[in-house]
Amino acid sequence: MSKRTIVPFGPQHPVLPEPIHLDLVLEDEKVVEAIPSIGFVHRGLEKLVEKKEFTEYVYVAERICGICSFMHGMGYCQAVENIMGIKIPERAEYLRTLWAELSRIHSHLLWLGLLADAFGFESLFMHCWKLREQILDVFESTTGGRVIFSVCKIGGVRKDIDQDTLKGIVAVIDKMQKELKELTDVFIEDYSVKHRLVGVGVLTKQEAHEVGAVGPMMRASGINQDMRKLGYAAYKYLDFEPVVENDGDCYARTLVRIREIYQSMDLIRQCAAKMPEGEIEEKFKGMPSGERFERLEQPRGEVIYYVKANGTKFLDRVRVRTPTFTNVPALLKILQGCDLADVPMMVLTIDPCISCTER
Amino acid sequence: MSFLKKSPWIIHYDGTSCNGCDIEVLACLTPLYDVERFGVVNTGNPKHADILLITGSVNEQNKDVVWQIFNQMPNPKVVVAVGICATSGGIFAECYNVMGGVDKIIPVDVYVPGCAARPESIIDGVVKAVEILEEKRAAMTKKRKMAKVRRVSGPVSLSNMF
Repeated sequence: MSKRTIVPFGPQHPVLPEPIHLDLVLEDEKVVEAIPSIGFVHRGLEKLVEKKEFTEYVYVAERICGICSFMHGMGYCQAVENIMGIKIPERAEYLRTLWAELSRIHSHLLWLGLLADAFGFESLFMHCWKLREQILDVFESTTGGRVIFSVCKIGGVRKDIDQDTLKGIVAVIDKMQKELKELTDVFIEDYSVKHRLVGVGVLTKQEAHEVGAVGPMMRASGINQDMRKLGYAAYKYLDFEPVVENDGDCYARTLVRIREIYQSMDLIRQCAAKMPEGEIEEKFKGMPSGERFERLEQPRGEVIYYVKANGTKFLDRVRVRTPTFTNVPALLKILQGCDLADVPMMVLTIDPCISCTER
Repeated sequence: MSFLKKSPWIIHYDGTSCNGCDIEVLACLTPLYDVERFGVVNTGNPKHADILLITGSVNEQNKDVVWQIFNQMPNPKVVVAVGICATSGGIFAECYNVMGGVDKIIPVDVYVPGCAARPESIIDGVVKAVEILEEKRAAMTKKRKMAKVRRVSGPVSLSNMF
């Protein structure tokens, strides 16, 4: 057995936009073990429920993560609405779904860009982010914000989208789909990209089940599970099938996310076609009392919101179990036995969102 | 060192940011805003950097990291606090693990407010930072010249030859 070396990775590292620290135990070039240490982004925002009213806490929930910000707000709102027994109008459900799917496209494109950067394909990174700006423009024109847009509130949504704008969004999506095709062909077919991705970091179906992977990580290993199938918001009216791949390597995870972008585009078209007229928010009175688990599918996987209310305007407890937190054991699993040069890519293929993880 | 005026290199560190400001900092570097055409390059190495962009506030765990990155940067250097969290703690100011703005740990020269800060305002902040960098550089050059005059007029020693 050769000598073991420990290489520190992070918290400040060129490929990591966010701070996470890994101690990589190496034997020559192979990683034998990876020991994570976290806490660089911990803020303790779950305890803020004691200081902010339950209607104000939506803003805090949206700032758990800036990438899937809308879905965090939506999960919290759904949990409180379910406790209080508020039935939000159908149009509000469709609008939430629309913004959620747009967020998914923006998040996946962001991730594709970062992945390209991790294997050193900088122009591909730039192209992904260029496409992503079109989605951000849609956000800006419909909600006013680019990344954090506080448009979700308890009882519905704050802003309506008129019919012309909806047509405009579909036109943007149609135009984008053509450009996206060129881009994703590079990821799927390019020889050098495949060389870095195929067969790297394999997580088998059994392992994925054991370590409790969620989201695209799990679906790339052949487990068919998608929280959107639970039928929250407007997903119960829409027609879609979860994207599943069977290989469990980095390439499969990339494929799942690429196919999910196309799926989201399809869902947006369905939303725009089926969206009914009507109110966008339901007025409510009183304070919540009771508890509730709420499960949602975020771009990174399943997020669980637990909310406990006691009949006053301050909640007792909010607990968020975020997808990256659940995927860290899966990351440690695939890091074992990989080359040191592949580590940045492995870290990226779980689509890490450290600020979600540590809250 | 006049090239600093033309191409400042930045290093970005994420404190306890929610990613909102981080992805906006990255968006500045990508084709729509593309600050690289002005020579602004994002580097991962503190020793190569002139401007430190910090997003998010500081806590017990990352204050040493922030301090180390700041200390490893060569002089002259400028710190830009991006976003309201880096300025004062923002919405998280009341959290138990948030110490407040970055200025609790290191001196901050430019504050860029916003939640999340828009790319336009981040670029504006960097432009202001370049001005401050120039001032600091000028002050350093002046100091060095003064020291040289003093050395030349003083007794001859080995250090005078350089």
